[in-house]
Amino acid sequence: MSNLWNNYRYLILRRVTQVGLLFLYFGANAWGWSVLMGNLSSSKILGVIPMSDPYAALQMLAAGALLATDLLIGVGVAAAFYFIIGGRAFCSWVCPVNMVTDAANFLRRKLQIDKIQSRQPASRNMRYWILALSLVISALMGVTAFEFISPISMLHRGIIFGLGFGWAAMLVIFLFDLFVLKNGWCGHICPLGGFYSLLGRFSLIKVHHNEANCTLCMKCKNVCPEHQVLYMVGKESLPVLSGECTNCARCIEVCDDDALEFSIRKLAQNKKTGE
Amino acid sequence: MKKEPLSDRRKFILNMARGVGLATLGGFVWSAYVDEVTASSLLLRPPGAIKESDFLRTCIKCGLCVEACPFDTLVLAKPGDNKPLGTPYFVPRDIPCYMCPEIPCVPVCPTGALDESSVTRDGILDINVADMGVAVIDDESCIAFWGIQCDACYRACPLLGKAITIEYQKNERTGKHAFMKPIVHSDACTGCGLCEKACVTEKAAIFVLPREVAKGRAGDYYIKGWDKEDEKRLENATSQTTTTEISKESAIDSLNEGLEDLY
Repeated sequence: MSNLWNNYRYLILRRVTQVGLLFLYFGANAWGWSVLMGNLSSSKILGVIPMSDPYAALQMLAAGALLATDLLIGVGVAAAFYFIIGGRAFCSWVCPVNMVTDAANFLRRKLQIDKIQSRQPASRNMRYWILALSLVISALMGVTAFEFISPISMLHRGIIFGLGFGWAAMLVIFLFDLFVLKNGWCGHICPLGGFYSLLGRFSLIKVHHNEANCTLCMKCKNVCPEHQVLYMVGKESLPVLSGECTNCARCIEVCDDDALEFSIRKLAQNKKTGE
Repeated sequence: MKKEPLSDRRKFILNMARGVGLATLGGFVWSAYVDEVTASSLLLRPPGAIKESDFLRTCIKCGLCVEACPFDTLVLAKPGDNKPLGTPYFVPRDIPCYMCPEIPCVPVCPTGALDESSVTRDGILDINVADMGVAVIDDESCIAFWGIQCDACYRACPLLGKAITIEYQKNERTGKHAFMKPIVHSDACTGCGLCEKACVTEKAAIFVLPREVAKGRAGDYYIKGWDKEDEKRLENATSQTTTTEISKESAIDSLNEGLEDLY
């Protein structure tokens, strides 16, 4: 039992956070709770603290909208929050699409689809192109381009306010990730993930690798949705500095040798230099 | 013949061309889709909503207005609704806007897509100046225009006697009855849709449309000469003179042209 907890502790915590947040948002619309109102685009915590999606605000800026003070404060709060806990912590701890793509990825591993399809024909840098493209389209068309197609808000808003045909978009992502491209949506396409990758490059909480303990079992790289960020495993004791790391901590819990752990950026670096 | 490996220079150029090409491809598909989904013009927005084109870029689709509405009037457009995705609107025949005096949906808007100042008069919120749309009557299906007495819309109107009035007219068919025709006054109507909800016909004979859709525009070519206020518009009236082959000559000469051989 304790072994089970040890191997899945972060996964369980993440699912509890994801579902819990959804539940609080849902309650705000359905039963008038005021803990967490709105949705991931813009929320109000306890009716006081605003929190807004910085990427949506960036698109609004590109589209030529006037940014209201409330929005700017909300953007500041969200950016500061994700700056501390890691940019793409949003992806693995908050975003509801993560559960869809994780399910696809799990099934992909179980069915061994990777065995018949080992080539990954697309670049993970695609998301930055799409991020730039979304801003160009926002500017040219005068609307927030990604917000009108975003499956993330489609699902999140859908769960709170009514899903409509939003389930079809989720099925598309699920099938795409399962049969077309491994980690297709979250790891290649999603510009919101790309945006948080850029933000998270400088964030404080990072995974740290201790090479001395590593037995080169490669379980961490197998389970990692962004395996390129673990390039140092078995080679060097380094913190995972890439912003593309989602801080999902799957690598930490699958590691049987305590070679990976969370650390605060500065402390991790000090440890490395022995200061 | 042995194939030469591609030079780095060529690889780089090819990769750049590929990136630009794919971005163009994706960009056009994406733009076309966004253009389609934002084209809907028959939507009724919450009170205080700014101009539709500005609304589409300013609304962050958070649903705080929807949660603030005590009557569940407002909804967010879902996939499959064929409306700009995620933006708030309402359908008066389902649930109209009940025009709360404190307008809870407007101040909660974080982005200013719902503008408090547009529903404020003399420093206090006033829902009566809201402009969500304007009621339009189809007088062919309105039973009051048939001569049947019905003033459901008039009674339901929160601005009773201002936004809808009843016009009396003799019913020549019977010779002894009166028509009691509802008339909408667009300057007072807020577009709340309580009339549409109250309408007794199977499909509402009075319904709310966005103001830009419902109203025409005379342009500045026509001035009411009997209206001193309207005459002021002459000051900024535009004019345009077109010159064609015919208008180079005087009108009489032009009309007489080609008749020379008759005489």
